[in-house]
Amino acid sequence: MSHRVSVNPITCEAHGMCAEMLPERVTLDEWGYPIVDETPVSGAVLAHAMRAARACPTFALLVERERAPSRR
Amino acid sequence: MSASPPTLSGDRSPSHEATPALPRLLAGIPSDGAMGLGEHLALHGPPPLIRGRGRRQDQERAERLIAEIDRAGLLGRGGAAFPTATKMRAVAGSRGRAIVIANAVEAEPASFKDRTLLETLPHLVLDGGLLAAEAVGADELIVCVSESARASAQSLRTALGERATRAHDGAVERSPRVRVETLPDHYVAGQETAVINHLGGGPAKPLFTPPMPFERGLRRRPTLVNNAETLAHIALIARHGAPWFRQLGTPTQPGSALVTLSGPVAYPGVYEVEHGASLASLIEAAGGTTAVLRGALLGGYAGAFIGAERLRGLGLSNEHLAAHGASLGAGVILLLSDSACPVAETARLARWLSDQSARQCGPCLHGLDALATSIEQIAEGRAGARATQRIDRLGSMVVRRGACRHPDGSVNVLLSAMDTFRAEFAEHARHGPCERCASPEELPLPRREIAPDPPPRRPSLLGSRS
Repeated sequence: MSHRVSVNPITCEAHGMCAEMLPERVTLDEWGYPIVDETPVSGAVLAHAMRAARACPTFALLVERERAPSRR
Repeated sequence: MSASPPTLSGDRSPSHEATPALPRLLAGIPSDGAMGLGEHLALHGPPPLIRGRGRRQDQERAERLIAEIDRAGLLGRGGAAFPTATKMRAVAGSRGRAIVIANAVEAEPASFKDRTLLETLPHLVLDGGLLAAEAVGADELIVCVSESARASAQSLRTALGERATRAHDGAVERSPRVRVETLPDHYVAGQETAVINHLGGGPAKPLFTPPMPFERGLRRRPTLVNNAETLAHIALIARHGAPWFRQLGTPTQPGSALVTLSGPVAYPGVYEVEHGASLASLIEAAGGTTAVLRGALLGGYAGAFIGAERLRGLGLSNEHLAAHGASLGAGVILLLSDSACPVAETARLARWLSDQSARQCGPCLHGLDALATSIEQIAEGRAGARATQRIDRLGSMVVRRGACRHPDGSVNVLLSAMDTFRAEFAEHARHGPCERCASPEELPLPRREIAPDPPPRRPSLLGSRS
């Protein structure tokens, strides 16, 4: 079962913790907001992702089990 | 009024021979005021009954109506062209009592079709809304208009009053409750989650999805949000059937559509066209052009520009328009005359789009502002050599990074302008403003203020959410 990292752009306030803690999937744009690579994560990277999500001051970083692509 | 309502069973052939091709929605449109309930029923007949004959039969009829809409191939008319039946099935299949929202907020400054429908033919929209509500098992229909559309709200209230009176003699017996709500006038207020957010007591700004409205929307209930025109089509599909609907349009985009045509034509306004009809025939119906054209904007301010040289032979369907990176969107067609400066117009549009950001998502807030600044610099002739690369990079940095599609639509329309008017952009980058820069402004960009931001959220670090 694979997991995917994403960000809630409304709650995100560009603290940048995610890029520090999960450079495997997150880089920052020129204003400090995360650009998230949505390639599935597993193993050690998944563990880092969970830690980064818990460390986000606004809980904007999401780690979710892969689900059917939503209509958007 | 004793004629029995038509059924959807298919054992009776729909009465399409008797129905003229066009207009459909706009048939019998009064020259002044709104069509009353009596006239509406005399013209279209009563809508088929869905509910009221016991659970099992009701369920069957609800499913049959959705199947008919599916066969008709009706696509949403709010701009996204999403299959209406798919959305309805998702709502009907979600847990909990559904709510239906008729979205006539029409925040697109150059669009007047939903307003026109409500001001002249409110019963068509109400029929469609009630049928949709019954089909998905909703007990509530909320019709949403923008604050500035006072005539729409008034027309709706009068129409609801007529129905309340009629309900006594059994002519229109419908169970869902109906109410009218108004939303503030700004560009993103018409986005479906912004409507839900506002109705739920929040600001009229988009929400983060998932959950999608069809699974958990207003008051956490499954919510069907349909554009007013979409509902009006449902009102007719329920009466005449899918084969009738498909007599017009293209196989992938069946039926007719309302378009708002503005710019240098003799009679700008709302027209009903068959999907696939030529832009030339629409312009002809509008009395022809009154100036030489430089281009057209299709699909409104989230759409795309097409240069005048490519307008000849252009078909009004998404298949035709896709080749030009455009789509019909909510049916907005803006013609740009040869006397306007396309660069100045694009710069104004870029700043306006940036101002219309809900200011919720960083990439949209900062990205659209940076994009507008770069385009303004080109228009004023003070951009660096790398301005175009900067704009391309900003574009790809902003797309798909907002909670809604405002940044995506904005990037799309601005990049299409730079591509379509390449020569003028190059000219401005080198020599600054041209003589046409001072011409009267052509793109309508009303000042619509977004409510001030709520106090900053204090992130709560107490309590764990896992």
